[in-house]
Amino acid sequence: MATHTRRVAGAGPRRGGRARAVLTELLRRPRGVFGLGVIAVMVFAAVFAPWIMPHDPFEQSFDGLSVMGGPLPPGGDYLLGSDLLGRDLASRLILGTRTSLIIGVAANGIAVLLGAAVGITAGYFGGWTAAILMRFTDLMMAFPALLLAIVLAAIFQPSLMIVALVIAMVNWVQMSRVIYTETRSLAEREFIQVQRAIGSGPLRIVGRHLLPHLLSSIIVFGTLGISTTVLLEATLSYLGVGVQPPMPSWGNIIFENQTYFSSAPWLVFFPGVLIVLLALAFNLVGDTLRDILDPTLKGRH
Amino acid sequence: MTDGNEIGGGAPRPLLCVRDLRVQVATADGAKTVLDGLSFDLSPGETVALAGESGSGKSMTALAIMGLLPKPMARIVGGSIRLGEIELTELSETGYRKIRSARIAMVFQEPMTSLNPLMTVERQLCEVLLEHGVCRRSEAPKRALGLLKDVRLTEPERRLGQYPHELSGGMRQRVMIAIALACDAEVLIADEPTTALDVTVQAEILDLIRTLQDEHGTAVLMITHDMGVVAEMADRVIVLRNGRQEEAAPVRELFAAPRTDYAKSLLAAVPRLGTAPARPPVEGHSKIVDVEDLSVRFDLKGGILGRTVARVYAVEGVSFAIREGETLALVGESGCGKSTIGKALLGLVPWEGSIRVDGVQTRGRSRAAMRPVLRNIQMVFQDPGASLDSRMTVGEQVIEPMRVHGLAEGSELEDRAEWLFRRVGLSADMLARYPHEFSGGQRQRVCIARALSLSPKVIVADESVSALDVSVQAQVLELLQELQQEDGLSYLFISHDMAVVEQMADRVMVMRLGQVVEEGARDAVLRNPRHPYTQRLLAAVPVPDPTRPRPPMPDIAGVEEASPIFPVGRGPERIALHELSQGHRVALVAAVTP
Repeated sequence: MATHTRRVAGAGPRRGGRARAVLTELLRRPRGVFGLGVIAVMVFAAVFAPWIMPHDPFEQSFDGLSVMGGPLPPGGDYLLGSDLLGRDLASRLILGTRTSLIIGVAANGIAVLLGAAVGITAGYFGGWTAAILMRFTDLMMAFPALLLAIVLAAIFQPSLMIVALVIAMVNWVQMSRVIYTETRSLAEREFIQVQRAIGSGPLRIVGRHLLPHLLSSIIVFGTLGISTTVLLEATLSYLGVGVQPPMPSWGNIIFENQTYFSSAPWLVFFPGVLIVLLALAFNLVGDTLRDILDPTLKGRH
Repeated sequence: MTDGNEIGGGAPRPLLCVRDLRVQVATADGAKTVLDGLSFDLSPGETVALAGESGSGKSMTALAIMGLLPKPMARIVGGSIRLGEIELTELSETGYRKIRSARIAMVFQEPMTSLNPLMTVERQLCEVLLEHGVCRRSEAPKRALGLLKDVRLTEPERRLGQYPHELSGGMRQRVMIAIALACDAEVLIADEPTTALDVTVQAEILDLIRTLQDEHGTAVLMITHDMGVVAEMADRVIVLRNGRQEEAAPVRELFAAPRTDYAKSLLAAVPRLGTAPARPPVEGHSKIVDVEDLSVRFDLKGGILGRTVARVYAVEGVSFAIREGETLALVGESGCGKSTIGKALLGLVPWEGSIRVDGVQTRGRSRAAMRPVLRNIQMVFQDPGASLDSRMTVGEQVIEPMRVHGLAEGSELEDRAEWLFRRVGLSADMLARYPHEFSGGQRQRVCIARALSLSPKVIVADESVSALDVSVQAQVLELLQELQQEDGLSYLFISHDMAVVEQMADRVMVMRLGQVVEEGARDAVLRNPRHPYTQRLLAAVPVPDPTRPRPPMPDIAGVEEASPIFPVGRGPERIALHELSQGHRVALVAAVTP
């Protein structure tokens, strides 16, 4: 019974223990382990790229081209083959992890936070707050993403940060729409009424009662956004707004090589697999997290 | 166990024959048997009631007969259901479509959700008629009109062109019954057909089902948790518990001399109007809640500019006071504004007038400024499942009010939570559980513990027991009374159930369309009602005694049409109350002679 009451009391000391408990739980589930594993490998590759790349990713080597001057297929000296300019694909993918992780996690993360914040605020407070925020959201939705990107790039020096910001600016809109509708219906529910009757302030209601219920939508939408953002980055790079060549990213590797899809499919296939893997890994971790955090699903997976 | 099935003997060959029906539901811990060996017969013109508390398997029986068990989770694993010569358990989906509506029809609990909101009444009726080839397309509208006349819907011609949201709850249920009758089915399954309706409407619908049964000779399988409805409707009763038949007997025998302990306890728990013991006199005299001229209005906006086009006069000029240790009951039908008054007391809806809680005026207070007032007044809502946060342990939720108001910290919170839990009859080791691990009654206890955690002086109980089974309901009522005796709590007890009100209340206030029509001491109002509306409400309550017929309901003109919505510039006429005897005040109506 002592342990029970400990758990009730909550606040300060429990937080650290709770995080550890969730992590342990995550590592007990195969899906969670797989997702975390993939993410860990990618982070490792991004951080230690200079040491693990088999070749110089920028070197346009004659060895990397076939007799006909075309790219080399996977195998041999170049593990995953080479690209049109004779650069090692494996090395470029490893270095590209940096860009793609930053875009996929940072840009998408900002979009998720912004979208959820706007959606919850509008949904909970309603009235004028909602009217202003949601009209602004509609405006952003109608604004062409590429135009925004080009304008921003014309004002600022093109860089990865600009790309990340542009993507975040474009992508938070859908999230806020979804969260807004869901918050509105949740705010009508009786347990939120009860909170008002108790006298709880808006911060407590939103943070302690609305957010846990919205978490699964946020996670699902957030992980779906990863693959979109990685590809959006490629589009922007292609237009010369984003990452400047020869710096590789998964998206621009696909874009550079798409015309050779029939003769050198590996150049599109491998980066494509990595993008899917990244999105899948986050999705699996997100799903597992949601299951762990939802007490009604306990012992039922 | 002796079987009541043969007692109905002498009747013609049974129409529907259920034998040893077993239904299993797949759960995480393997298959769970929700219906175990149920057998009964249903003859033409007969009404059999399946009675039981939630989870007893009554609705599962209906779904099994209709072939509507949720696949693949639930399935029939044994037994037989025979309709005449047809074995229903072996029927394919196509075969079943010829049976449903045509031979077995069903009326569901919630008429709003079982009607298609985007189709007019006429189209929904014609759809059924044409689907089963009852008549030709050209004749269908005429047949539909005839059906609406059959179910005694007022202004049937106009109703045909209306959508479900334009009808009242009672009218919708009549339309549902018309649809069920469309193909002249031999068996009508009514699954809690009146649970979502007001008592007066319930009485009318039950009358209607009985009349139609007499006219058409339909066999009715009535599924209900309400023993009053059972007594009124059934020829024979089957009491179910946890999927097993506890007792089967003709209705008079069951009510006169229940054989099993379960049936005895079930009947004993039913609150009966006119049997409540006298309430101890209220000692305190200070007014804890003092409400004067309270009005709550909601604007209805419309048009392109979003201007106010009409106004709902939810509460209009209501005044009352609750004294220390007293229970004031607020009764009335849905939409009469009784819940709105409760919410206004806690500042959850905008209102006008004057409300004093423990001497403190709450008019014009912001949410933050309301906080100290809320320490004295708390609310227990109707649905304990919906009013608890499913993502938080119940312990956290019980101590949350104390955190919000900064009343205690650290280990003091735990001690207090344990104390509260014991107080409401739960054990302290349940604190770490989540709401879904509790039963409905336990959840309501948690909600009561949460309301008590601020040690309020008044609790607004908004239909707090109406979602609970009768036996659980009795326990929760007892708990509420115990708390009142020990702590001198005052209650504003909002309920539509007259029998429950009689048990709890010191004084009763009857509301209609946002205004009070009668108020006074409990015995004065309930035993000597003077306003026709109060008389009607009381007469509509089903009597859990098959030997005593329900008295006829007095009619009030325009009851179905009355609404608290008025266009801008007009408002309801204020009703003046006339004092009959000390404290017993009644709205002046021609019918009341003071």
